[in-house]
Amino acid sequence: MSQASQAGKPARIGTPRQDAALAEILGEYKHEKGALIPVLQKTQEVYGYVPREAMARISQDLKVPMSKLYGIATFYAQFHLKPRGENIIRVCQGTACHVRGGARILEAVQKELGIKPGETTPDLRFTIEPVACLGACGLSPVMMVNDDTYGRLTPEMVSEILARYARAAESA
Amino acid sequence: MDKWEIVIGMGTCGIAAGAKETMAAIEAELARRKIKAEIIQTGCIGMCEQEVLVDIRRNGEGTVTYGRISRDRVPRLIEEHVVNNRVVAEWAICRPELEATGTEGAVVVGGAAATRGKSPAPKVDLPAGYADLIPFDQLPFLRKQKRLVLRNCGAMDPEVIDQYIARGGYEALKKALKMKPADVVAEVKLSGLRGRGGAGFPTGLKWETTANAPGTKKYVVCNADEGDPGAFMDRSVLEGDPHSVIEGMSIAACAIGADEGYIYCRAEYPLAIKRLYLAIDQATGKGFLGKNVLGTGFNFTLKIKEGAGAFVCGEETALLTSIEGNRGMPRPRPPFPAVKGLWGAPTNINNVETYANIPWIITEGGAAFAAIGTEKSKGTKVFALAGKIKNTGLAEVPMGITLREVVYDIGGGVQGDKAYKGVQIGGPAGGCLPTQLLDLPVDYESIVQAGAIMGSGGLIVLDENTCMVDLARFFLTFTQNESCGKCTPCREGTKRMLEILNKITRGEGEPEDLTRLEELGQAIRDTSLCGLGQGAPNPVLSTLRYFRHEYEAHINQKRCPAGVCTALLDYRIDAEACKGCGVCKKVCPTGAITGELKQAHVIDGEKCIKCGACIEKCKFNAIEKG
Ligand SMILES: Cc1cc2nc3c(=O)[nH]c(=O)nc-3n(C[C@H](O)[C@H](O)[C@H](O)COP(=O)(O)O)c2cc1C
Ligand code: SF4
Ligand code: FES
Repeated sequence: MSQASQAGKPARIGTPRQDAALAEILGEYKHEKGALIPVLQKTQEVYGYVPREAMARISQDLKVPMSKLYGIATFYAQFHLKPRGENIIRVCQGTACHVRGGARILEAVQKELGIKPGETTPDLRFTIEPVACLGACGLSPVMMVNDDTYGRLTPEMVSEILARYARAAESA
Repeated sequence: MDKWEIVIGMGTCGIAAGAKETMAAIEAELARRKIKAEIIQTGCIGMCEQEVLVDIRRNGEGTVTYGRISRDRVPRLIEEHVVNNRVVAEWAICRPELEATGTEGAVVVGGAAATRGKSPAPKVDLPAGYADLIPFDQLPFLRKQKRLVLRNCGAMDPEVIDQYIARGGYEALKKALKMKPADVVAEVKLSGLRGRGGAGFPTGLKWETTANAPGTKKYVVCNADEGDPGAFMDRSVLEGDPHSVIEGMSIAACAIGADEGYIYCRAEYPLAIKRLYLAIDQATGKGFLGKNVLGTGFNFTLKIKEGAGAFVCGEETALLTSIEGNRGMPRPRPPFPAVKGLWGAPTNINNVETYANIPWIITEGGAAFAAIGTEKSKGTKVFALAGKIKNTGLAEVPMGITLREVVYDIGGGVQGDKAYKGVQIGGPAGGCLPTQLLDLPVDYESIVQAGAIMGSGGLIVLDENTCMVDLARFFLTFTQNESCGKCTPCREGTKRMLEILNKITRGEGEPEDLTRLEELGQAIRDTSLCGLGQGAPNPVLSTLRYFRHEYEAHINQKRCPAGVCTALLDYRIDAEACKGCGVCKKVCPTGAITGELKQAHVIDGEKCIKCGACIEKCKFNAIEKG
């Protein structure tokens, strides 16, 4: 799944492969009731975010007003209407992490990347997303980079962990 | 040839502690030494503090559980235990008891299954030092626990349905299918089980209402949204024993006459979701789910819905609205979901832990369940111990146990040598209970009387370095953020409360602010539409009740006693302790620190932004704040 390729091309939704995947999703959910949330979730999986044009296509195919889709996409924190980085860093700000110094981990990540929570680096490599609990409270403070969870963090560990992903991006 | 088995705890906690790296290191070490062994993954056993947990056994016997096995410990572990047949005593935690069947991990402590603990005469020569290990159920962390809900967690591979079946899984469903639906409901009523999702509503009564509600189409729904930040009981059950939840839901469906069900699971739990899909597939394959279950004519299909990151969707009416594909906003009750729920049909909605109790209740009988706990709170409750506690993890305890037993006997007390300050219980709608309430029994009524709620089971231990004003502000920031905006008291009221708390933590508070907070809090509690708004003021009100002096210190003396609220802190260098190494000068981002090499340095309070970078770097503990 390529996420970065469509950044500068608003005219088409994404790569032909991504657009084909969207068509497949729409086919799959056409007759299922209550399907809008899973459709948006899968769309985001395909493109890395929910492009406006994709919403327009969903609206057309599933015959729901654009306003309804937009309402859902903005209600739930999971949906992103702008492109995000290749690597998503979720820094836990839940209660257990809060009392064990989660804020300092978030600061360290911000300092390392030079962006604020919710922002994406200009090279579209990293996005910081504060979250309210990753369910690994027993090992707080915790953060997740993509699907990898890291626990028992100290601010010093942050730069080493992030460097792994920066390197992976370079070698790719 | 010997058959070696190495079991690795692969729950989210284990993975966060590096279980994947440990597993790779074990594979590499075994390959290097040309040793054949089966590597098995299991769910979370609840000892997060000891992750990564690794069990080693030979020919099905002599299991030793090791804790904190990081990848660099692997070579020595394999060499000593597997090659030399010697227990590595300093990393070993316990020996899980052998079961009569020969399979390991008799995790059931007490209860009707306690008979399993007997060790048959071993046939292999046990590793040296084995006899000195503590049996699993004698560990201080486990001695006071009673594991009904967690009966299988960490004791089997959750991705293999046969292991669940071997441990008695789906027997309860078979039994329920032979009973009259009303008798199943009666058994649950007899057990006295109350909902574990927060409010503690009697489960049997809810089932009865749904069963009696008019309509032919009915649903059962499992609330696996677990939104309380700091709680992870439901995640552990879903990851470690998904079939028990599925079985509980199937029993509910047959009792109330539903043929379709949904599990609404938060998207932040990818592993739980993966295991649920797998479990549903396997259960369908075996005929426990789907059309004509076990040839009885009962149909039940189960679907998973992933949450999309909105805390309010844990509220039952919002959750149902979200399953229907809309913005997840609560609606007024009545009508309750039991009468008018999903797509207008009668719907039984219960929490993960509630359902996980059901197979036990049906198998062992409602009376056996009711024998555990207190008069009004029956059975056990799983707590997620986190925060400043030594043994973080999951603890399942009989209702009525005291907080002191949970925090000290099971949790091992406060981390490090800090002083205990209290616990936060019940999440964003819960409260903080101070030291003087350590002997409070843990049951629904006692906790509510003390100004908190049982909630879903998050239990965060606080020490002297936790600022209660900051904690109250933390929760209010959370609820304010998550308010869906439908009703004014919650939407606007929490904003006003948060503004006042921000003011106080900045050192700009006035004495009248405390009464303002109390008045606002009461009003929001009384007039909000759903539990989110009704509970939001609770963290503030309970800290005002028990820790008022901390608020007063912030307001009157402009001081944060715990040393947390940065605006109220001053950083100083102790000239005696300072060796003049200059490290602090280098890290200070604003150039606030000056001094000659080998001379005591000083901090310019005007320039200092109180970031704390110098404290972290100083090797001589020469920098003080306060
Ligand atoms: C804001 C809010 C969030 C909630 N979150 C959850 C949750 O994450 N999990 C849960 O089981 N119940 C949650 N509840 C409680 C549910 O509304 C409902 O009472 C519960 O699912 C009923 O199941 P039970 O009877 O088995 O406890 C929440 C309630 C409110 C008001
Ligand atoms: S109390 Fe808050 S979360 Fe609940 S309905 Fe009102 S605004 Fe929404
Ligand atoms: S509070 Fe951070 S993982 Fe739960």
